[in-house]
Amino acid sequence: MKYTKYITSAAGLLGLGAILVACTPAPTMKTGYDYAIPETQAMQDDDFSNPAFVWVDIGEEQWSTVDGEAGKSCESCHGDASSMKGISTSYPKYSAEDGKMRTLQHQINYERTERMKAKAWKWEGDEMLGMASFIKNQSKGMPLNVSIEGEAAPFYEAGKAFYMQRRGGLDMSCKNCHMDYPGVKIRANVLTNGLPNGFPTYRLKWQKIGSLHRRFRGCNSNIRATPYKQGSDEYTNLELFLTHRANGVAVETPAVRN
Amino acid sequence: MTYRTILSTLVGIALFGTLAANANAAEYMIVDGTIPDSLTGKPGDAANGKKLAINRKKGNCLACHVMPIPEEQFHGEVGPDISDVGSHFTEAELRLRLVDPKVLNPDTIMPAFLKPGTHDVLKKFDGKTILGEQDIEDVIAYLMTLKGQYSQ
Ligand code: HEC
Ligand code: HEC
Ligand code: HEC
Repeated sequence: MKYTKYITSAAGLLGLGAILVACTPAPTMKTGYDYAIPETQAMQDDDFSNPAFVWVDIGEEQWSTVDGEAGKSCESCHGDASSMKGISTSYPKYSAEDGKMRTLQHQINYERTERMKAKAWKWEGDEMLGMASFIKNQSKGMPLNVSIEGEAAPFYEAGKAFYMQRRGGLDMSCKNCHMDYPGVKIRANVLTNGLPNGFPTYRLKWQKIGSLHRRFRGCNSNIRATPYKQGSDEYTNLELFLTHRANGVAVETPAVRN
Repeated sequence: MTYRTILSTLVGIALFGTLAANANAAEYMIVDGTIPDSLTGKPGDAANGKKLAINRKKGNCLACHVMPIPEEQFHGEVGPDISDVGSHFTEAELRLRLVDPKVLNPDTIMPAFLKPGTHDVLKKFDGKTILGEQDIEDVIAYLMTLKGQYSQ
């Protein structure tokens, strides 16, 4: 039967495609910056015109602000913030204590509640996004380098499955847009590889900085799919998959996007 | 060959996910890469078809295709330029392409306009198709008028 043949060979090609994707080295991967218009790139390039630095400054201030019953600030234990250089490139990271992955934002709240005995920050709040962008900014230019070995492996597989799964009323997967069509126009937007290396990112559309998980929610809703909660296991595993895909790509935080 | 036969073939080679949610979808018959019969028996309205192709909440074809619609900005380029499809395709071919393009290419990004999503669908859209049967006939009528090159 004509169909069966066609479909079977299509399946063969798909399999081959999957192998090729798995073997493709990441470092040459273009980021959202490479596809952005020059005005947006210029805004990101200059720390003084980059609107995200309002939040980086909030983070810097919080770094040395004493809070919580332990009477400590981050600085009390970690000293100068340069001690954070390189740290964020290996997040999400497996936590034996939690038995699952932690994003940097989870780790920051762990520091606050467990070590400072202070209140957790809201995921999308100014202090949290400020601290996350301040810490990631210490690693600006350094290559992402997450591990998916050992304990992290099943979480990576879960994130990958999420990425490949068609969902929503439009029945599309992340792959359909971000692996199949980087550099191609979809209405007014140019699709990119959809990389996490610039987050938290200032979006001109949001007129503020936002987390990677907020972006996931947007990409889910656009295809009429139910968004998950920021910080959820689903989005944390998805972040692991995305970050591993971008291993070798330099940190841009805080990026500017349209 | 019936729709059901083709579906079971597909399921047999495990390319697709569950088809359970498809149980209440429209009835139509696929023959050799086409759906020969009109979905409604009513002629399509090309003018309405054009509106549906533009409408971001309906066909939104412009998101991915260049079309001869100069009054609209921002034509996407994810799919091929379709400003000449009327010269290359029959209505029956276009009907399957719109109803369920995954039958032709399981990995396509192009949505199936007459099949509800099956995974994590927002409540508001649960069990709903993107277009209705008459909408699809209208879009086909419009596409059949597209004959000739067009540059944006
Ligand atoms: C009471 C001391 C203390 C305070 C206060 C504290 N930390 Fe920590 N922090 C530690 C210790 C101890 C570790 C684990 C050992 C290490 O990696 O340095 C750690 C680990 C970390 C890590 C993970 C490092 C890695 O290698 O993955 C980050 C990130 C971090 N802290 C950030 C912060 C931030 C941000 C604050 C303020 C909100 C803070 N810490 C407050 C003691 C503290
Ligand atoms: C219908 C196409 C489409 C789908 C499906 C889609 N996205 Fe996106 N996404 C976009 C567009 C358009 C943008 C903005 C331009 C760009 O960066 O690609 C974007 C942006 C992003 C960004 C920001 C990139 C940056 O440089 O700041 C991330 C991260 C992202 N998407 C992740 C995802 C994930 C994860 C999924 C699956 C849950 C997904 N997207 C599904 C269209 C899509
Ligand atoms: C998300 C992107 C997307 C949307 C939205 C979309 N298409 Fe497509 N379309 C494609 C792609 C990609 C192809 C290429 C073939 C494939 O992927 O199977 C295609 C192929 C086609 C073809 C076959 C053209 C050829 O020369 O082979 C037609 C006709 C078509 N689309 C019509 C439409 C119409 C009409 C709409 C709106 C009701 C629409 N498409 C919406 C992505 C899209």
